[in-house]
Amino acid sequence: MPKIKLPTKSPHIDMTPMVDLFSVVLTFLMLTTTMRQQEPAPVDTPASISEKPTPDFNMMTLLLSKDDKVFINFDNGPDTLLKFRPKILAEMGKRYNIEFTPSELREFEKYPSSIGVPILKMKEFLGTRDNKARTAFQTGVPIDSTDNQLALWVLFARQVNPNIQACIKGDSKTGFPIVKKVLDIMQDKNVNRFNLITSLEAVRINVEEIQK
Amino acid sequence: MAEIIQEEKEGGKKKAKKHAPHIDMTPMVDLMCLLITFFMLTTAFSKAKIMEIVLPEKIKDKNVDPPKIAKYRTMNIILGPDNKIYWYPGMVSPEDYKNLPPLTETDFGPTGIRKLMLDRNRALFKKIDDFNNQVISGKIRISQDSVQGAIRQLKKDDDTGPIVLIKAYKKANYGNFVDILDEMNICGIARYTFVDIAWYEEKMVETAAGIPSAATTSTK
Repeated sequence: MPKIKLPTKSPHIDMTPMVDLFSVVLTFLMLTTTMRQQEPAPVDTPASISEKPTPDFNMMTLLLSKDDKVFINFDNGPDTLLKFRPKILAEMGKRYNIEFTPSELREFEKYPSSIGVPILKMKEFLGTRDNKARTAFQTGVPIDSTDNQLALWVLFARQVNPNIQACIKGDSKTGFPIVKKVLDIMQDKNVNRFNLITSLEAVRINVEEIQK
Repeated sequence: MAEIIQEEKEGGKKKAKKHAPHIDMTPMVDLMCLLITFFMLTTAFSKAKIMEIVLPEKIKDKNVDPPKIAKYRTMNIILGPDNKIYWYPGMVSPEDYKNLPPLTETDFGPTGIRKLMLDRNRALFKKIDDFNNQVISGKIRISQDSVQGAIRQLKKDDDTGPIVLIKAYKKANYGNFVDILDEMNICGIARYTFVDIAWYEEKMVETAAGIPSAATTSTK
């Protein structure tokens, strides 16, 4: 004798429409997604009203972190079509008499985010598989006048790809001296046009308010 | 016994076949929920935007003079420490470092630098705004690309607005730099650029902000 009376209708919900909807959303998200890349340093970009989107290729991004380190990235990660990245590294290696093996060049090509490794440590960096060990190498590109590797990166990037544009991605809290230094280095290499990467902030200006 | 059980089983199977084949979709839904959440969190929805700036070319040849600009239209903006902005009109030469003009302090708020810039740039701002309104209301039929070009032409033809020289004191940060350039874009300033700060201007900031200049080494 059951004490609890079961409901006459079984509580079966038909989930098929739900599954259909989920499939559509999932497919959409999977197709549109561009993975957010993990940067070697957290950067909180300042906001601006500019609505121009960042280009997907022909760009080199200089990442300026809060603790005055400089990282460099070409063509937004590994999705380069013309394979500029390994060429730039090979040129860099030639200058410093470092021979990079094809597998190391491929590793550099595939590396998804900005790189801030001194060139002398680059071989070790590319040889490491462990992510934690890799971050330890990311000490920033040297920009001292005695060993200005950033200038060389910029120089070779422009030699390999003459159409390359300079983008600067900085944290709002990055001190100005480092920004100035980087701008100076770029200007020495005759780069005068910069794209500052910002996040969008909607601002509406009321004209009447201004007319007062 | 065994046979009977088998029979029962078989009978049960046949009975089940009569029913509509209900598949329990709950685990599938669970999994999909998870995947959707994952993709939503990892997707960078809005791509980062860029703001263009063209810096004046460095003059390496000592014999070439930098381009001359009208003094009465010049406005100097110095980004100071603690998100402050200092400004002064005209120019200061290194010779009058004994009596430097005072700096006016302002901030990044809408009543601060924006009002200041708009007051000086009203004619051009009005022109651009009218043009934009006409485009939106359909009075002028023009493609989106040509709008930018037309605004650029308006800016080029302007000869009343201020010429803004932006300088940064060493305690300023990158956020200030982007903010001030953004402010120039908002106010539709036609001519602005970023230049190096001079040592006497650093001194002026230090006086205005009350920073002891002994602690700082000015680059002469």
